[in-house]
Amino acid sequence: MRLRFLAGDVWVGLRRNLSMAVSVVLVTMVSLYLLGLGLLAQRQADAMKGYWYDRVQVSVFLCSRGSLQPNCGGMPVTEDQKATIKSQLEEMKPLVKQVFFESEEEAFQRFSEQFKNTPLVGNISVGDIPSSYRVQLSDPTRYEVVVSAFQNAPGVASVQDQEKVLKKFFTVINYVTLFAVIVAGLMVLCATLLMATTIRQAAFSRRREIGIMRLVGASNFAIRTPFIVEVLIAALAGAALAIGMLWATVHFIFNRYLTNIVLNQALISANDVWAIAPYLAGGVVALAVVTSTVTLWRYLRV
Amino acid sequence: MIRFENVTKTYPRGTRPALEDVSLEIERGQFVFLVGPSGSGKSTVLRLVIREEPTTSGSVLVAGHDLGLLPPRKVPRLRRQIGTVFQDFRLLPNKTVAQNVAFALQVLGKPNRLIRTLVPETLAVVGLEGKGRRMPHELSGGEQQRVAIARAVVNKPAVLLADEPTGNLDPATSLDIVRLLATINASGTTVLMATHDNVIVDEFRRRVVELADGRVVRDEAQGLYVPKEAPVPAPAPERDPDDLWSDPDNGDWADEIVRGEG
Repeated sequence: MRLRFLAGDVWVGLRRNLSMAVSVVLVTMVSLYLLGLGLLAQRQADAMKGYWYDRVQVSVFLCSRGSLQPNCGGMPVTEDQKATIKSQLEEMKPLVKQVFFESEEEAFQRFSEQFKNTPLVGNISVGDIPSSYRVQLSDPTRYEVVVSAFQNAPGVASVQDQEKVLKKFFTVINYVTLFAVIVAGLMVLCATLLMATTIRQAAFSRRREIGIMRLVGASNFAIRTPFIVEVLIAALAGAALAIGMLWATVHFIFNRYLTNIVLNQALISANDVWAIAPYLAGGVVALAVVTSTVTLWRYLRV
Repeated sequence: MIRFENVTKTYPRGTRPALEDVSLEIERGQFVFLVGPSGSGKSTVLRLVIREEPTTSGSVLVAGHDLGLLPPRKVPRLRRQIGTVFQDFRLLPNKTVAQNVAFALQVLGKPNRLIRTLVPETLAVVGLEGKGRRMPHELSGGEQQRVAIARAVVNKPAVLLADEPTGNLDPATSLDIVRLLATINASGTTVLMATHDNVIVDEFRRRVVELADGRVVRDEAQGLYVPKEAPVPAPAPERDPDDLWSDPDNGDWADEIVRGEG
C-alpha cells in the first residue's frame, strides 16, 4: 500500500464520514481534558506538598500584646521565655532541622509581600501577626512531637502545624481529582464506543471497496490500515485540542488569577501540561489502535 | 491447477451438503464450463477455490497449495493469483473505468509507474481503449463486464473464475464476453466459468462439468449444455436462490462483508 494511496483513502473516508469523525474528535477532547485536569490537580497537590515540606512545617507563635489565648494572659512573651523555647527547640535536633525567628515586623513584611495584590494588606498592621519560631523538620510527618512539646508552654500562644492546613486543601484536591477521573473514565468509555461505531459505519459505507480489495488479494493490513489511521487522526486531533485547553486553563485561569491567593512557587505551570501531554497522547493512540483493531477483527471478515 | 479431492461442503445452517464428495481436476490453461441447476453447488465450487469458505471434508488444491493447510494470513496471496468476475460486475460507481482497474493494483501496493502502463494495456486487451475516463454508469452492461474482466486480469492471475458473467447481458453481448474470456484463456490463463447459458456452452464446445445436488454428474471434454442422450432437465430459473455470491435484486452484494448489528 503506497503512502499516497493510503492518504487519499483516509481523506475520502474522513470526508464521507465527517460527522462521526467530528464526534470522535469532540468526545476524545472532553475526556482527555477531564483526565488532564485530574492529573494536573494531583501535580498541584504534589507541588504544594513539596513546597511546604521544603520550608516550614511547624510555626510556634509567641504571645504578643493583647493575645487572647489563656496561656498568654494578655502579656507579650518575655526574652527569657523566648530563650527557653529556642534552646528546647535546639535540643530536639536532629528531628528539628532548622529554626529561625520571625519578628512581628518580618511577619508583616512577608504577609504584605505574599498578598500584595489583594485588599487584605490594607487591613493589617505590624503586631497583628505575632512573632514566631519557624521550625523545619527533618521528617515532616513527625510534627506531633513538636506540637505536643510546645502546646501551652509559657509564652507560646499557639502551635500551628502546616500539615493540618494543607491536609484540608489536599482533601479538596483529592475529591476534585476523583471526580475528574470518574467523569473522564465515563467519557473514555464513550470515546471507545464511539470509535467502534465510527469504524463500523466507515466499514459499511466502504463495503464495496472492501469486497473488491479482498477479492483481488489485498492483505489484511492494507484493508484495515485506512480505518485505523482515520480513527487515529480523529483521536489525535481530540488529544491536541484537549492539551490546548489544558494549557489555556493553566495559563489564563490558574496562573493569572490564583497567584493572588496561592504562592507562585507552589503553583503548576504550562510545563506541567507539557509533562502530562505525552501520556495523554500516548494513551489515546493506544486506545484508538486497540479499539479499531478489535472492532475490525469482529466486524470485518477478511 | 485446481484439484478437488473428495470435497464435501455443508454450510452451517444447510440441511444437506452443498457439495458432496466432489473430485475434479482442472489443468493449467483449460477452459471449463461449470453447469447445473440452481443449488447444484456451482457457486460453492468457486467460493472454495478462492478460500472464501473452508471445506467440510476433503481437500482443495490451487496452484500447488492445499487450501485446508493454508494459514489465513496467506489467503490474500492466493487470491492474487486468481481473478474473479461476477454477474453484477461489482464496479465502484464513484471511480472511472481506469481507476476501477487501477484500484486492484493500488491496494496491492504496486508502484504508480507500473499502474500507468498496465491499466491502459489491459483496457486495450478487453476492447475498451480510450474509455478509461468514463464512469461505469455511462457504459453498457457488456462494457461494464469488460471493465470487471480487466480488473480481474490486470494483475495477470493464473486462474480466472467467472460466476455467471453473462447473466445480466443480452445473447449477443454474452457471446462477446465469453469470446473475450476465451482470448484470455488462449494466453494461458485457466478459466472456470459457472453458467446457465446453454447457447454459449453449445457454441464454444469446451470442457463441461455438470453438477446436480452437489455431485459431479457429467464431465465431458467438448460438451454441450444438455447431453444428447439425457432427458431435458427443467429450464433453469432466472436467479439462483443458493447463489451466495451475488444478489443484485435483494440488497447489496457487499453487505456480507460487513457484519450487521450485533
